[in-house]
Amino acid sequence: MADTAVLAAGAKPAAKTGAGDAVLAARLDALDLPVGGFTAAARKDAAARLQAMGLPGARDEYWRYTNPAPFNAPLPEALAYTSRESSLFDGIDRLKLVFVDGVFDAAASDPLTGEGMQIDILSTADAGPAHWAGDLYGKLETSGQTPVKRPFAVLNTLAAQDGVLIRVTGKVARPVHILYRRDGQATDVHVHHVIRLEPGAELTLLETGGIGARSNTVTEVEIGKGARFHHIASKRADDAKLGIGHIFARVGEGALFKSFSLAVNGRVMRNEGVIEIVGDDAVAHIAAAVLGDGNEGAFHHDDTVFIAHAAERCESRQVYKKVLKNGAEGIFQGKILVKPGAQKTDGYQISQGLLLDEGSQFLAKPELEIYADDVKCSHGSTTGALDETALFYLRSRGVPKEQAIVLLVLSFLADALDEIEDERLRDDILTRLDEWLTSRAKG
Amino acid sequence: MSLNINNLHVKLEDEDKQILKGVTLEVPAGEVHAIMGPNGSGKSTLSYVLSGRDGYEVTEGSATLDGADLLAMEPEERAAAGLFLAFQYPVEIPGVGNMTFLRTALNAQRKARGEEELSSGDFLKLVREKAKTLKIDAEMLKRPVNVGFSGGEKKRNEILQMAMLEPRMCILDETDSGLDVDAMRLVADGVNALRSPERSFLVITHYQRLLDHIRPDVVHIMSNGRIIKTGGPELAIEVEQNGYGDLLAEVG
Ligand SMILES: Nc1ncnc2c1ncn2[C@@H]1O[C@H](COP(=O)(O)OP(=O)(O)O)[C@@H](O)[C@H]1O
Ligand SMILES: [Mg+2]
Repeated sequence: MADTAVLAAGAKPAAKTGAGDAVLAARLDALDLPVGGFTAAARKDAAARLQAMGLPGARDEYWRYTNPAPFNAPLPEALAYTSRESSLFDGIDRLKLVFVDGVFDAAASDPLTGEGMQIDILSTADAGPAHWAGDLYGKLETSGQTPVKRPFAVLNTLAAQDGVLIRVTGKVARPVHILYRRDGQATDVHVHHVIRLEPGAELTLLETGGIGARSNTVTEVEIGKGARFHHIASKRADDAKLGIGHIFARVGEGALFKSFSLAVNGRVMRNEGVIEIVGDDAVAHIAAAVLGDGNEGAFHHDDTVFIAHAAERCESRQVYKKVLKNGAEGIFQGKILVKPGAQKTDGYQISQGLLLDEGSQFLAKPELEIYADDVKCSHGSTTGALDETALFYLRSRGVPKEQAIVLLVLSFLADALDEIEDERLRDDILTRLDEWLTSRAKG
Repeated sequence: MSLNINNLHVKLEDEDKQILKGVTLEVPAGEVHAIMGPNGSGKSTLSYVLSGRDGYEVTEGSATLDGADLLAMEPEERAAAGLFLAFQYPVEIPGVGNMTFLRTALNAQRKARGEEELSSGDFLKLVREKAKTLKIDAEMLKRPVNVGFSGGEKKRNEILQMAMLEPRMCILDETDSGLDVDAMRLVADGVNALRSPERSFLVITHYQRLLDHIRPDVVHIMSNGRIIKTGGPELAIEVEQNGYGDLLAEVG
């Protein structure tokens, strides 16, 4: 796989491990790059950084398990549009922001007003020379480039057409829901969100839907002292054919960051989470539940997480669960870095693959790097099949095999789902998962 | 319900190892039969084969429930037909709540039999009532299936499932092992409460003491994959007093 990727990207692997200058030139050439207003400097800086680092090649250590070629290709494969829209969170009072092919659709969205927050749209705000988001746009992304390069995040900062800018000043009870819709066939979408939670503020951000034929998202989140940020993203089969998503978070003193993502099928997905804990007594949890079926197109789902502890008495958790069948591939690369002085760090990481057949695979690369002596860090990774004994036990009580498998799969995912704090949101996800699994079990 | 096992031969699927070597046994409707026998004689294997666990191969013989061919059914079909096995080692299922488990099982069986599913209100009422008599507290019902349960709690949980599902052919595999006297009495009372003219029991046990509480109609002694002797309750007392030595010597 590694070698063909390099060839497919048209690179000449020599001294450089990256994809080569020609690949980057072709990639940029195919894009319509905005000049930007308040983001102009950040975009210019991104252009220079990207030139210096190049796009990833298959020999890059960080891309060892996922072939970057389809992300490097100048144009995405066309993708038939299916209009099935998710009804996830429909029953919940929330503020809806609709993006069609990566561009904000004001007519389809709720008014941009909410108590305790200020919402702007990137494409509109970027007409002007100054904005509060100027302090953050591309900034967290840039600091997330150490110790590993993330060229697609840089590309996003350079190319982003649109996104939301939310400044939260109070405790916002009503979640903000970004709904993505697709319209075009071969859309190559770059969306960039910037969120700042002022001290003591609280926000729940929901994301659902198909962003584009090929999507690249960056979400930068700055969480102030004692603020709380909850995030749930959900992607289904026809939403996510080829996508790379990044979340860059900086977590302040006593603050909370919680992100959960659900992926149900799709094709090639790479999610990068980069979390820097900079204030004492902060909490950062990131989790995912992934269901992949290789029969619906080559399924490959890669979660790559980096959590850096730079303060005392902070807690971090990474909980990744992937259910794979029919040749589906699940990847997890997760690192906990405890910087010097980050005493009393409590770091935890678990990644598990449940293989429903022998053709599927789960690969995990857990890493711990610790430079403080008084810390508690643990990680674990398992790959296994369904528990046959439990399956028989359920069936012996009259539960049909398909239904028993659904129950066991849900129980496997439970730890990840438990990372969703809001019970209504968790139940919504659970119900959806149950329905989906049940309908699949029959088919 | 009546269970008929005739000349049942079973080997391990992956290994050339014969475990049951011609078991013949009949449990008529409404009767309680006990099977006793030394460790390794094949008692659990018999219970697993009857309930449809993978890994075994029937090479000869038959097993029917009210005349229907048990061995041709899926495990869930056997359950819906009225068969229940209280496991010697109840299985832990992390992540599945005991309540969810019970309700899913009960409703699946009702559905298979063409009955309506129980409303959550009716289900709750039923489960609370049954749990109370078995001294199973609400906390235990909330926990994942058998996770963190003591040995005795697991066995009581098996009986709770039996009481909820109301099977008509109940197999209890060493439900008494690991129980203290009080817990055993609870289990025995649970079983006795279910005794009825349509319901039959096959009680696998090592000890006479359970049979003091659950009075069997017939006692079978199993050894090395066969029933070597069948008799009345007095047979259990004989085993308790003299061990299996004499019986084994008798059959040679
Ligand atoms: N899955 C298995 N793999 C290997 N040996 C088995 C298996 N199941 C049963 N046996 C063997 O079959 C024999 C009978 O076991 P079992 O039915 O558990 O006996 P009992 O319940 O009477 O103690 C034993 O020798 C046991 O080791
Ligand atoms: Mg046994």
